[in-house]
Amino acid sequence: MNRKDLQTIIYAEKAKEENNKYKYKIHVCCGAGCISSGSEEVLKKLQEEIKQRELENEIEIVPTGCMGPCNQGPLIKFEPNHTIYQKVDCSNIASIVQNQIIDKKPIEEMLLFANFRTKAFINAQEDPFFKKQLKITLKNCGDINPEKLEDYLVHDGYKALDKVLFEMSSEDVIAEIKHSRMRGRGGAGYPTGLKWETVYKYISNQKYVICNGDEGDPGAFMDRSVLEGNPHRVLEGMLIAGYAVGANKGFAYIRGEYPLAIKRFELAIKQARKMGLLGNNILGSNFSFDIEIRIGAGAFVCGEETALIASIEGKRGTPRPRPPFPAESGLWGKPTLINNVETFAGIAPIINNGGEWYSEIGTPKSAGTKVFALAGKINISGLIEVPMGTSLHEIVYDIGGGIQHDHEFKAAQTGGPSGGCIPAQHIDVKMDYESLINLGSIMGSGGLIIMDNYTEMVDVARFFMEFCMDESCGKCVPCRVGTKMMHDLIKKINDGKGTKIDLERLEELAVYVKETSLCGLGASAPNPLLSTLRYFRNEYEEKIQKA
Amino acid sequence: MGFMKFNEQQLAEFNRLVARYPEGKQKSALLPVLHLAQESFGGWLSEEALNYVAELLQIKPIEVYEVATFYSMYHLKPVGKYVFEVCQTGPCMLRGSDNIIQYIENTLGIKPGETTADGLFTLKTVECLGACGYAPMMQLGKHYREHLTKEKVDAIIEECRKNAAVNN
Repeated sequence: MNRKDLQTIIYAEKAKEENNKYKYKIHVCCGAGCISSGSEEVLKKLQEEIKQRELENEIEIVPTGCMGPCNQGPLIKFEPNHTIYQKVDCSNIASIVQNQIIDKKPIEEMLLFANFRTKAFINAQEDPFFKKQLKITLKNCGDINPEKLEDYLVHDGYKALDKVLFEMSSEDVIAEIKHSRMRGRGGAGYPTGLKWETVYKYISNQKYVICNGDEGDPGAFMDRSVLEGNPHRVLEGMLIAGYAVGANKGFAYIRGEYPLAIKRFELAIKQARKMGLLGNNILGSNFSFDIEIRIGAGAFVCGEETALIASIEGKRGTPRPRPPFPAESGLWGKPTLINNVETFAGIAPIINNGGEWYSEIGTPKSAGTKVFALAGKINISGLIEVPMGTSLHEIVYDIGGGIQHDHEFKAAQTGGPSGGCIPAQHIDVKMDYESLINLGSIMGSGGLIIMDNYTEMVDVARFFMEFCMDESCGKCVPCRVGTKMMHDLIKKINDGKGTKIDLERLEELAVYVKETSLCGLGASAPNPLLSTLRYFRNEYEEKIQKA
Repeated sequence: MGFMKFNEQQLAEFNRLVARYPEGKQKSALLPVLHLAQESFGGWLSEEALNYVAELLQIKPIEVYEVATFYSMYHLKPVGKYVFEVCQTGPCMLRGSDNIIQYIENTLGIKPGETTADGLFTLKTVECLGACGYAPMMQLGKHYREHLTKEKVDAIIEECRKNAAVNN
């Protein structure tokens, strides 16, 4: 298929959408979370109900990806009114359809957040949960059918690819990404444009692009939801990256624990190949690119880029010292660009709207938006996207609806096992890379674990250390032995058997492990311990005194 | 079901997996081939299965062993028909996964890593499955089971027993 054919298809699809004969659309969330609470049965039942009432010509039912408020699922949304019903099950579908469509009187007690708000919003977009968000990466998640390429095309899908292939040189693309000031969303926050430029500059007959979808941080499920909800957006980002750096082959490494994300991404690849969006001479240009999916096998450390590359090569996923960085010598020794799922998902909007547009969102040093996964003791857990620099207070109280059972906020863990906790006195912190580092934590990949005043911080530190100990690849001694020793000492203190000397040893060890571990995972493993010590030292001391 | 060789269809899949990688880099297919072998040989990988994979990929058996023992999704012992992979990481812990794991242990009479005598259930505790929005949770086959309570665990066990009876 060439460029013209694609445009013909897009025009046809857009015309179809504009002349849509349907009066209503019902979106049924079919993210992994809603599916496990029964959305597939709801979808079936809804289809039967609409058929039975002979409304098939008025109502279109669309299975979509994640809408955001995961613990309220299964969710269904009525368009054009943006009315969302929560915890829907097969038994109340008939009455929802009757009230919402026929009588036009929404059932208020079943609307989204009816159990939190004094009055739930009939137009869910007016609820602070959605109102305070700015969706760029997640824009079409929850609105389009992730298993239909046409749905993506109607929403400006592959428009950025078309622009890049026919109107921009590799240098232009890299300049645009640099101009956007986007930073990698995997955790470290390295400037994306700079990384692309580095790979571009290496001369080689073969280069690779890798999408890191080995999301493993406790509390993080952003990448899973993006892959499930809008897989073509990630694919388009990888294609643009391939064009920019001069690669013709890509690998998407997705966790083995994400079967639905794998299924939908595989389907997206198949659809794209069929349409000529992957393969030789894409859209009639000189650019050829193909993508293979790689399924992980259960190893947290494979999220580290050199370990991930080793895993693709069929080896144990153990990191190696850098330099050389993958940009110089990556997969099979060739220059390789590795970016995270969320980073790739953010590329197409930058190309479509310009780097300038993106750079004006967020803060001067952290441009754009960030997707966070809310988990722990928060009322509304789920997936959100906000401009960088939004305060933690707004996220927890306005968007997240506050702490469960009206308890007090005690701390939030950012950056998973590599990050730290933000205590209540800093709840007004702006969520951007620098502000979090100043408080002794990191942005990380976006998991946000909320803890209430009943949470014991020594126990939290023990849990994170147990995670690091379990997941240590065992290659270097500081991490393999150090995490085990730190875990045992924290456990001893937590069990009320610790002494002052244990605490001193623990602090000493933390510094050794931090400074001498081979890779970032080992070097950051002491962080949850150090940050709980920084803000909640009294809890450690109380446990020691009681001993 | 124990170890046997790949049938024609599985061999075709094997060849497809190997063809994804450049000449001489067939070892890169090792992880996907192990996934395929585990799926084909009854949910686990025996020593014979590992040796067979080494032979097929023309690599040393040790190269297969070191990989199979490194990644947690490869089972090196027989597992039950239903594997409960219960998340034990922070966000689930905050929402009570400890109690759920304890309850499953008591109900089925097995510890993590063990299989019930009737070969139906295996209990595994795993690290974050990225489903923290609906904690506590577990994975069963290709599906998540969420907001777990004791009642839900009972219902899931009952459902598995029924399915097993029907399939027999």
